Amino acid sequence: MSSSKHPTSPHLQIYRLPLTALLSITHRITGVVLALGSIILVWILAAAANSAAYYQAMIPHLQSWYGQLFLLGFIFSLYLHFCNGLRHLFWDAGYGFELETVDLTAKLAIVLALILTVATWAVAGAG
Amino acid sequence: MAEFTLPANSVVKPGKLVKAPEGTTNVRRFVVYRYDPDDGQNPRTDTYEVDMDSCGPMVLDALLKIKDEMDSTLSLRRSCREGICGSCSMNIDGANTLACTQSIATIKGDVKVYPLPHQPVVKDLVSDLTNFYAQYAAIEPWMKTDTATPPDRERLQSRADREKLDGLYECILCACCSTSCPSYWWNGDRYLGPAALLNAYRWIVDSRDEATGERLDELEDPFKLYRCHTIMNCTKVCPKGLNPAKAIAATKKLLVQRKM
Repeated sequence: MSSSKHPTSPHLQIYRLPLTALLSITHRITGVVLALGSIILVWILAAAANSAAYYQAMIPHLQSWYGQLFLLGFIFSLYLHFCNGLRHLFWDAGYGFELETVDLTAKLAIVLALILTVATWAVAGAG
Repeated sequence: MAEFTLPANSVVKPGKLVKAPEGTTNVRRFVVYRYDPDDGQNPRTDTYEVDMDSCGPMVLDALLKIKDEMDSTLSLRRSCREGICGSCSMNIDGANTLACTQSIATIKGDVKVYPLPHQPVVKDLVSDLTNFYAQYAAIEPWMKTDTATPPDRERLQSRADREKLDGLYECILCACCSTSCPSYWWNGDRYLGPAALLNAYRWIVDSRDEATGERLDELEDPFKLYRCHTIMNCTKVCPKGLNPAKAIAATKKLLVQRKM
């Protein structure tokens, strides 16, 4: 593809990516967040299984701004990846490819993920 | 390996401004990608102020007006001027389309015109589509049969079987879809891209074709077919309203189904 003689025409620099494309790259990013975040999740669970003292030591970290940011980001990533994953499930079965449908399900996935995140945060905060 | 930035020789520099003639009141600015293979310079964007009172409604009208009246060095491909031939495919206002069917009035602000994304540029808006055409050839877009041709008539097809080709046979190979696809940008050397895959599916579902199995074998490859991640840019930009993403999904489904 790339040739030393001919320049390559601009791509990411000039393309106005539609919502579907933005959600596609976000799906990949949330996948990476979930994979890396699950290491921290295991760490939290291992701390709880280890001893009360160990878990107590972890709580201030989870309550700090970076701990809260991680938890919120992880929860949102989980829900967005899940909701968008449902779109992929239907696509793999051959459904939902019409232009109106892909736009509608993209918006639905985002709204649903936001609602679920807020709900989970509220429930966890209340508990 | 994917390169998200442009190589040094491809970075676009600001170019010249060509003003509209004195006394024109209804002016639109066209920012056009320019590259001259003979001057040894990087590509640039030249800005042309076009008098809309004496210009047709489509982007192609404006580009030809620029070429005819303002700057004859501008190079672009065009032929039918009515969305049939697929020659004037380019990136306009951030999306791939045909210049001849893209109305100027629906674009807000300056009209930005670039060649099809992530392709080698021959000159200005003319990109080298050799790889794109080779990929089309690679899917062997002709009817393949083992049985003898009926001696007294054509190979017949039921009305229902013929309808399976609707939404596929209309492809004009303008390359808008393939060059809109980020997967194709990063892996265009190995991923066949939406246009070639839509045409592959057109022959896979043709009831008269007898090489369905071999065609599917050819596509069962991590790169040729499975670099499609349903980003949907292809279907968004197809100027003929076709749905390559759906055809690719149908091909993937056939590959699963034949194993069951």
